[in-house]
Order: sequence, then C-alpha cells, then structure tokens
Amino acid sequence: MIIGNKNIYFEVCRPGTNTTIQDSGRNHLYHLGITVSGAVDQKNFKLSNLILNNNINEGVIEFAFQGPLLKLYNGKVAVCISGEIIFDVIRNNSSIEKGNCYQIYYLNHGDQIDIKSTKNSLYGYLAIKGGFNLKKIWNSYSINTKAGIGPNNGKKFSIGEKIFIKNEFNEVLRERQTGFKNSREKVIRVMKGTNFDFFSEKSKKIFFTESFKITNLVDRMGIRLSGPELENIVNTNIRSEGIIKGTIQVPADGNPIIMLADHGTIGGYPKIATVISADLDNIAQLMPNSEVNFKEVNLEEAEELYKKYLNEIDKYAKNLNEFN
Amino acid sequence: MIKNILPLGDAAVYCDFGSEVNQEINSRVINFFNQISKLNELKKIEGIINLTPSYNKLIISLDLSITNYQKVKDFVLNLKLINFKKTSHQNIKIPICSEGDFALDFERITKITNQSKEQILDLFYQQEYFCYMTGFVAGMPFLGDINEKIRCQRLETPRVNVPEGSVGITEQFTNIYTSQSPGGWNIIGNTPLKIFNKLDEIKPNLINPGDKIKFYPITKKQHDNWK
Repeated sequence: MIIGNKNIYFEVCRPGTNTTIQDSGRNHLYHLGITVSGAVDQKNFKLSNLILNNNINEGVIEFAFQGPLLKLYNGKVAVCISGEIIFDVIRNNSSIEKGNCYQIYYLNHGDQIDIKSTKNSLYGYLAIKGGFNLKKIWNSYSINTKAGIGPNNGKKFSIGEKIFIKNEFNEVLRERQTGFKNSREKVIRVMKGTNFDFFSEKSKKIFFTESFKITNLVDRMGIRLSGPELENIVNTNIRSEGIIKGTIQVPADGNPIIMLADHGTIGGYPKIATVISADLDNIAQLMPNSEVNFKEVNLEEAEELYKKYLNEIDKYAKNLNEFN
Repeated sequence: MIKNILPLGDAAVYCDFGSEVNQEINSRVINFFNQISKLNELKKIEGIINLTPSYNKLIISLDLSITNYQKVKDFVLNLKLINFKKTSHQNIKIPICSEGDFALDFERITKITNQSKEQILDLFYQQEYFCYMTGFVAGMPFLGDINEKIRCQRLETPRVNVPEGSVGITEQFTNIYTSQSPGGWNIIGNTPLKIFNKLDEIKPNLINPGDKIKFYPITKKQHDNWK
C-alpha cells in the first residue's frame, strides 16, 4: 500500500565524490548547446529500476568512486543498488548489514545506507521504489553540473541536503534475481571516425593494435587516454561540428579523448573513431590505469551488437517479471 | 546541397555541406535543420532524438531501438526542401562594456593586430554579425564575420575560467560565454544581458542560428546597473 507523501527524505550525511540524479537523459536540445547527460552506465541504471519494478526511466542517484552516506527520515522505503559497489545498511539500532548489489533493501526511519566505494568500476546507482520527488527539467531528471541544469539547481549533492522521496512504500516485493554479471571487457569496439584519414598510416595501425591507458582524467564529460601518440598529418583542428557520446577526438597532443554523457555539444578536434552504442556502458566503467584496446567493426555489426545489448536488458526484465 | 553523408558511429548521421564557412552554406544547414525538426515534430519521421547544426555540418542522432542509419539517410536524401529562401531571423542588439577587468586581452590583441584599443572596438562595433550556430556549452552563440584587421588566434593556454558574459574573438568569429567556463578566446568585453536562461524551458537562448547581431558599447556603470 502506498501512503501519501509525509515528506520522506534522505539526508545527505556525506555527499561522496560526485553524487547526482540521472535517468535516460535529455534529448532534442543539442542544437541549443544542451547536452544529453543521463546515467553513464545505462544498463546498470535500468536494472536498478527494473528490480524494484519501477518505470525503467525513473530518476536514480548516480555516484562515482566514493558514494554518499544517506539517512532516511519519516517513513519506510525500498531501495536497490546496482553496479559493483561496497556498501552497508546501518540500522537505526546501529546493527550493520553488508550490502549486496541487485538486492532489495527495506529501510525504516533512522536507517542509513553507507555507499563506501565502487569496486573495479566507476559508477553505481541507487534506485528507490516509486522514485524521488523531483521536478523534471526539459523532460529529464538528469543533473548536468557543468551547465547547472536539472534538479537540485543543476548541482551535485552536498552535505546536509535533503533528497525527497515520492511515496512511502510499505509492501514487500518478491525477491528478484537478474542473473546479471558486470562485464569488464577491455576490448572496446569502435567504428572509424569521419576524420580517420587525418592520421598517419602508422597511427591508424597503432590505434587498432596497441593498448591505451585510461588516465586519472575521467569524469562525466569524458575519458582522457594516454599511450602511443597518434600523429595527425592533415590538421589538428577542424571547424567545430556536432559530436555525440562515444566520439573519440584527438587534440594536437595526440592523446585521444572519449566523449561521455556530459560532453560539449560541438567539438573542433579531429575524430579518429566512435565507440559503438553497445560498448558505451563498458568504456565508461573502466578504472583509471586500465588498459584498453580498440577493435574496428562496421555499421552492420555495430547495429547487430546493439540489438543484442537491448535483448539482454529485455531478458533481465523478463526474468524479473517471471519472479514477480 | 549535401556533399556527403556518412555514419558517425552507429547512432548518428553525419551530413557534410562542405568545408568552407560562409553564410550561404550555413543557411543551407539551418534550412535542413528547420525542415527536419518540423517533420520530426509532426511525427513524419521517427527515431530522431537530436539535431546538431554547425557551420557546415548537420549531425542527426538516432534512437537505435526505433530507426537506423540507412533509414534516416534515405529520408534525408529524399527530402524535398520546400522553400529554400533566407531563413527568418531576429535582429538583436547586445550591449558590451570594455572597461577595466572586463577587457582581459587588449594588450595581446593590440600587439597582434597593430591597432589601438579604440580602433579595435570601432572596427568591432561597425559590423553586423551573423549567428552560425549555438553550442559547446548551453546557448553559446558563434557569430561572424569580424573585420580582417582585428583577427587573431586563440590564446596559447586557455583560461581555466572565463567569466559569464565575456565576449571573445578568435579568427573570423566572435562568441559570448553564456556561463563561466574554460575557454581560449580573446576577451574584449562583457555583456550584462542573459544570453542563456535555463529557467525558460521554451526559449532559453536569446540568440539562435540565422539571427543578426549588432553590438554597442556601454559604461561600467550602465553594465553594473543593468536589469
């Protein structure tokens, strides 16, 4: 039974590194300079909602590296955390339960959830049954901190803030198994970019044969790589033009940058390749210092792989429904 | 009209209108953009989730669960542009203050261009500018073309923070920083006008592609008291 809103909320006792609200993202605004945003790992974001039998695009809390410590006030809720996350559920009576991802937890007034860190990956998600009580901006809950757009005035959460929850949830959901395993595949499939021929023959070869390292410069805007220098033999600048998630740009220093959810809508560096849609979640979750290799696929293969990706999410959704 | 159509990854169509930057090519891009936007709104085509017009390219982003590259490419190639006339535009006047700390880079620009600050501003204010595109960050307009006598390259080392409202020049273009952000353009002044208003979900951008812009000077006092 869902009871009316009694101002149930989480207090942010520790904000964590980069804690925001995200959903499937914000479309139809690139031409205004407003980027897509949304959860960087769409699969884990969707799973956190599916397990709670939420609308698949309900807004969730996204965190990176160290997550938040949240304390619940004024009601009972059900939550689910997805990703590879180390967390504890601290009960009001101070007893501590070690948390498991993809499992439902029921929290009462005074209970806390302590998301200590992500493990072997960067991003995790906390979904709440029924969702958070937030206003959509341009049809999305996603917070874009660079542009200051989205709920919480477009800012990441800071200490002492309250995150309101739509409804109390008093029922018990059927325990649901996804059978999901995070892949940490280090071979990322790409399609050749529109400026592939700006690069020397040697660099074109190197791009598909040698490893690149993920540097510490990773955030929701993009991932900077280091490794063998990619030599541009035409021009290190192009006239600025539209870019998308997954575009790999190479500035004059020869080190590639992969664009992620909060990327600038246009860019002026040559594009050597684009990560295929099916591998976007994967590349975003690779830790700094990981090695990554790029493998070329053509358009037909990329489309086929994306169908598989969608089918996989469908399969988890069906599994969950059978159990419910 | 479109010189080349290519895939940009598996989820976008890259329409290339040429390599030059001029108002004629850009007007074609804007015309295509307007037409496809309209057909998209009218649900005459499905699966298009974003359109990014720039100087001479149009990127069409796809929802791959609904459509694919080939379908949208065919649609674009078969598009009959109904009335290719000059796209409708607004005339907008933008006040700039170039006093004190607002004009960060005059020392540099006078050195490069051999023009005094007064001459640079005179040449800058004379021209009417055309908005080629908006983007990179929300609402940032890219305007041109500035007088050849005052053109200069980007800063070698970009600033970590360019203040909101800063007006910059580089090569043939001038832009306005709609929010505080990193940037490498030569800053000649600051406008108190809000160019991007995130509270207006219908029309957040003051300046849109195709608009004509005239700048005019104001004093520091006028700038500070601007409402």
